[in-house]
Amino acid sequence: MNIVVCVKQVPEVTDAELTISSDGSRILADDLEMDINEWDNYAVETAVRLKEAHGGTVTAVTMGDEDSEDVLRQALAMGADEAILIDDEDFEGSDAVGIARGLHAAIKDRPFDLLLAGVQSADNGWGQVGLVLAELLQRPYASLVVDVQVDGDRLTVQRELESNTLERVSLPLPAVLTIQSGANTPRYVSILGIRRVRNIDIEETDADDLGLDEDQIGVKSSSVQELKLSLPAMGEGAEMLTGSVEEICDQTARIIREKGGLQ
Amino acid sequence: MKEILVIAEHRQNELRDITFEMLTLADRTAGGNYTISTVLLGGDTTGLDGKLSGMCDRLIVMNDPALADYSADAYLAVLSRLITDRKPSITLIGHTAMGMDLGPALAVRTGIPYASDCIALELDDGQLNVERQIYGGKINTHLKLKPADTYLAGIRPGNVEPMSAGDKSTQLLDVAAPEFSEGQRRQFIEYIEAAMEDVDIAAADILVSVGRGIGKPENIPVAESFAQKIGATLSCSRPVADEGWLPKSRQVGTSGKTVRPKVYIALGISGAYQHQAGMKNAQTIIAVNTDPAAPIFNVAHYGIVGNVMAVLPELEKHF
Repeated sequence: MNIVVCVKQVPEVTDAELTISSDGSRILADDLEMDINEWDNYAVETAVRLKEAHGGTVTAVTMGDEDSEDVLRQALAMGADEAILIDDEDFEGSDAVGIARGLHAAIKDRPFDLLLAGVQSADNGWGQVGLVLAELLQRPYASLVVDVQVDGDRLTVQRELESNTLERVSLPLPAVLTIQSGANTPRYVSILGIRRVRNIDIEETDADDLGLDEDQIGVKSSSVQELKLSLPAMGEGAEMLTGSVEEICDQTARIIREKGGLQ
Repeated sequence: MKEILVIAEHRQNELRDITFEMLTLADRTAGGNYTISTVLLGGDTTGLDGKLSGMCDRLIVMNDPALADYSADAYLAVLSRLITDRKPSITLIGHTAMGMDLGPALAVRTGIPYASDCIALELDDGQLNVERQIYGGKINTHLKLKPADTYLAGIRPGNVEPMSAGDKSTQLLDVAAPEFSEGQRRQFIEYIEAAMEDVDIAAADILVSVGRGIGKPENIPVAESFAQKIGATLSCSRPVADEGWLPKSRQVGTSGKTVRPKVYIALGISGAYQHQAGMKNAQTIIAVNTDPAAPIFNVAHYGIVGNVMAVLPELEKHF
């Protein structure tokens, strides 16, 4: 089974303090660490496990600047065989469709049985690129996938719905799936593992090579234009408990006892 | 009059909350200047029609056995036709397991601008402006969509307090679904209720809930010991379940369980909206987090800025 998996490098913001410039035009943050998008990591793991079970190859593809090579090296270290980097500033300001057009052009002539992507990216969170790709490729798809079983020329997958419920669907190959976080336990990649794949050639391409122009990608083609940024409105907010750890715990314990009906 | 179209969502014969949230948002966005229509696709929607009565001006119902359970191909075929024919000013779809699955392909197939996961909408002289969150809810972005005569907007669930009844005079249109038997590739098989592994967190009076801020799986027993001491049940947020530190059955939130305990103690949980949706109705919420800007403090009643592992052992001594 030949698999293409789309990955993206994103800034790690879980513990970062983000603010915005006074005119609301940009985010201010120092030295954010870049990492593979969490959902994509699960997608790579899914791809590599399917390859291990059914044979074939895994090709990782990303769009980004030269630093994005890091996420491709990570995918290679996890078990991908080939990697493609789409590096062109003409893609800057693309909406989900523009990004999907770039990915589509880079992989459409490559024979594959399955295309995987993460459900969404941790930065913009549109949750669209993988499924736009499915429609561009005119392939059947399923999103929010947490389990994949191959059954001849069909897949049976489980989709995560709301309220502790899953849905089982079946679809023919070739197909497109977007993988939900928690679908598996992605393997750990060591520095040594990255070093082992440092000599694998990464195929580089750009908008020209792919035959895409500004009517199809970048700011001009985008269906959305950012007007401004703001910080999320705070609600009424919590009563903050302050003092020494001892004092705080004393107050907290009293609240738990009283509100929880404890003796 | 121009139209706002809401795609109703239902599962296992029950309308989902998002349907009422979208109708409320549609009503607010319309401000009396737009007709509000709902499209309800299903196998036999007899029991559902009535619940939407009064909440929209027009209820378009299409029944076909192949539409009984959500199916991407069938819904895509039927809805792309409907949107192309009616050209509503905006079509609203949930940013839910159904809407996230359907929205992107629907937008490409109809060629209309689409913004997903919106928390607010505004029609500015027919042009759509939306607000949405980026970077895990730490920043809001305000976007203008390019001029178009029809838009698709995905609406974040749990973000609007839904109306429970309406006083509109609802016209019921029972329409035959267009022919869509071709191109049906994906097949629905069944729903599966996630296995209940040990305890029912929804039944607990007090929940001690751990998030990514607990740091590492070796710290889980510290929270467990505290929970035991005060007679509470241990639950968690999505990242802890994703990492496999606690079973999925312990997860609070949209895709996990909704809980309403007397006391909810959130330890190292940042408070993504999916988590808040599952716990914001707890009677008392106490949150401990190192980040004073964490969204969890917006829904908590009491907040402590600090490291869970520094606070927890000390707190346990008080019981």
